[in-house]
Amino acid sequence: MAVAFLVLPLVGLVVRAPWSTIGPQLAQQEVGQALRLSLFSATLATLLSLVLGVPLAWVLARSRIRGRSVLRALVTVPLVLPPVVGGVALFLVIGRTGILGRPLYEHLGVTIPFTTTAVVIAETFVAMPFLVISVEGALRAADARFEDAAATLGADRWTTFRRVTLPLVAPGIAAGAVLCWARALGEFGATITFAGNFPGTTQTMPLAVYLALQRDPEAAIVLSLVLLAVSLGTLLLLRDRWLGRGVAA
Amino acid sequence: MSLAAHVVVQRGSLGVDVEFSVGDGEVLAVLGPNGAGKSTVLRVLAGLLRPEDGQVVVDGDQIWDSAERHVPPHQRSLGMVFQDHLLFPHLSITENVAFGLRSRGAKRATARAAAAPWLARVGLAGLGDRRPGELSGGQAQRAALARALVGDPRVLLLDEPLSALDARTRLTVRAELHRHLADYAGSAVLVTHDPIDAMALADRVVVVEDGRVVQAGSPAEVARRPRTDYVARLVGLVLLPGTGEGHQVALDGGGMVAVAEDVAGPVFVAVRPESVALYLQRPDGSPRNVWPLRLAAATPHGSVVRCDLAGEVPLTADVTATSFAELGLAPGAEVWASVKASEVAVYTR
Repeated sequence: MAVAFLVLPLVGLVVRAPWSTIGPQLAQQEVGQALRLSLFSATLATLLSLVLGVPLAWVLARSRIRGRSVLRALVTVPLVLPPVVGGVALFLVIGRTGILGRPLYEHLGVTIPFTTTAVVIAETFVAMPFLVISVEGALRAADARFEDAAATLGADRWTTFRRVTLPLVAPGIAAGAVLCWARALGEFGATITFAGNFPGTTQTMPLAVYLALQRDPEAAIVLSLVLLAVSLGTLLLLRDRWLGRGVAA
Repeated sequence: MSLAAHVVVQRGSLGVDVEFSVGDGEVLAVLGPNGAGKSTVLRVLAGLLRPEDGQVVVDGDQIWDSAERHVPPHQRSLGMVFQDHLLFPHLSITENVAFGLRSRGAKRATARAAAAPWLARVGLAGLGDRRPGELSGGQAQRAALARALVGDPRVLLLDEPLSALDARTRLTVRAELHRHLADYAGSAVLVTHDPIDAMALADRVVVVEDGRVVQAGSPAEVARRPRTDYVARLVGLVLLPGTGEGHQVALDGGGMVAVAEDVAGPVFVAVRPESVALYLQRPDGSPRNVWPLRLAAATPHGSVVRCDLAGEVPLTADVTATSFAELGLAPGAEVWASVKASEVAVYTR
């Protein structure tokens, strides 16, 4: 039952697809634009999440700082927060009149909302917790005594992290990055709230799908299929590395 | 090169307060039951755990730990061998052995070149390209030893290095380890709960129980004259504390033991289980040490049956399986136990 529930909508999508007109539909300029933007911003958001999230996961898993449980709770907030609310919150903070956004605009002339930067920020906000939690789990599963061994061999913290910890948790990081990327690719609520819906700069695939559904349902199906194909393709591509080596291997 | 340590640290309900020193080229075994605080002491020496009090001093003037100073592990000149080798699974054996040199700044090629002779020394020449997962337990522990020794550290720490190995491998690795330790010029500290490791590898033994040193001395001394029940059991002796007067010792738990020497004051009496003979009737003749006891438990132990005896003088007797069968003993049975006075060791407390 559960599997049918999960799979049937996807089957429906494939069945209803207007296969005869799919070629011209895909050739439309907006489709390519939206797809490129989606892939670009999701990848950038994933990279940003890696840079920020892996150290954070390390702090959560290894350090003994006080308030660690509070920190972990904070990390999971974006997971349970409706993305639209996240978008509103981002707008209030780094919008042109926001707490951070106003000085940015007044002193540097930088406006963030309704730009591609905003898309990346919104996606990172929503998707990074997936990476952090996945990497933290991998770090906890990895034997911390390997780090002790490295320390007795003259490796300082950074060397240990780079040469021992990172390689040990690499499968976990890969899994987290895939989850993060997939989440970023499908991000809708926070993006439309914070970044808007401008073709070419902020209109990602999910936004294009939503818009198309109101105007031209067939186009929406085609766009959905493209998203589905991209997600599945990525999953298949990474599956061997990811499942084959196992998180704790 | 020498190491002097006084380690005071609280681990949960266990308070550890242990002091010892290790000379140049000397191997000190820290022997004790599980949970006695041995590994805690080793972690402090390695710098992985900061002691609450005391100090760790190397070469007389190089302070690794004191109230004001704590040198982090990576700045200490040490090598450590762990119970389950802890070779990095993502690196080849050569890279593992070269790790210490690399992290101390050596170039990749230099470090690998320096690792090769060490692999040969521990008998792993030609296996350098393997991953740790492709080695047997004994090979992995040899590689771990090479990894710890490659930088020629001042202090070598061995944390139960043989206990993860199967009995046969343990025998060969122990012999090799003995050879490498003999060649090693620095101070080595070996933590173990196996008296055979301690006796075979160490120049000196400290016995730690409940976070305190309860006995220190040469391996032979510790084996011959145990001072606690734990050590006595480890070396296969029954230890009876008492007070000597003439050729008699009045045991603290009651009962008298006749001994061959003239003794006075607080003493330990040590009895070897194989020197205890069992009879169904009171034996006639010379032995002065005869006690009526009760058989509490009997467990086969190789070719003998180990009989735990309860009564005025609690003893353990090893009798051959044949005599055990002839006596027809069952737990709870009344027996007479006798020991010749000349078979009883006695030494001051």
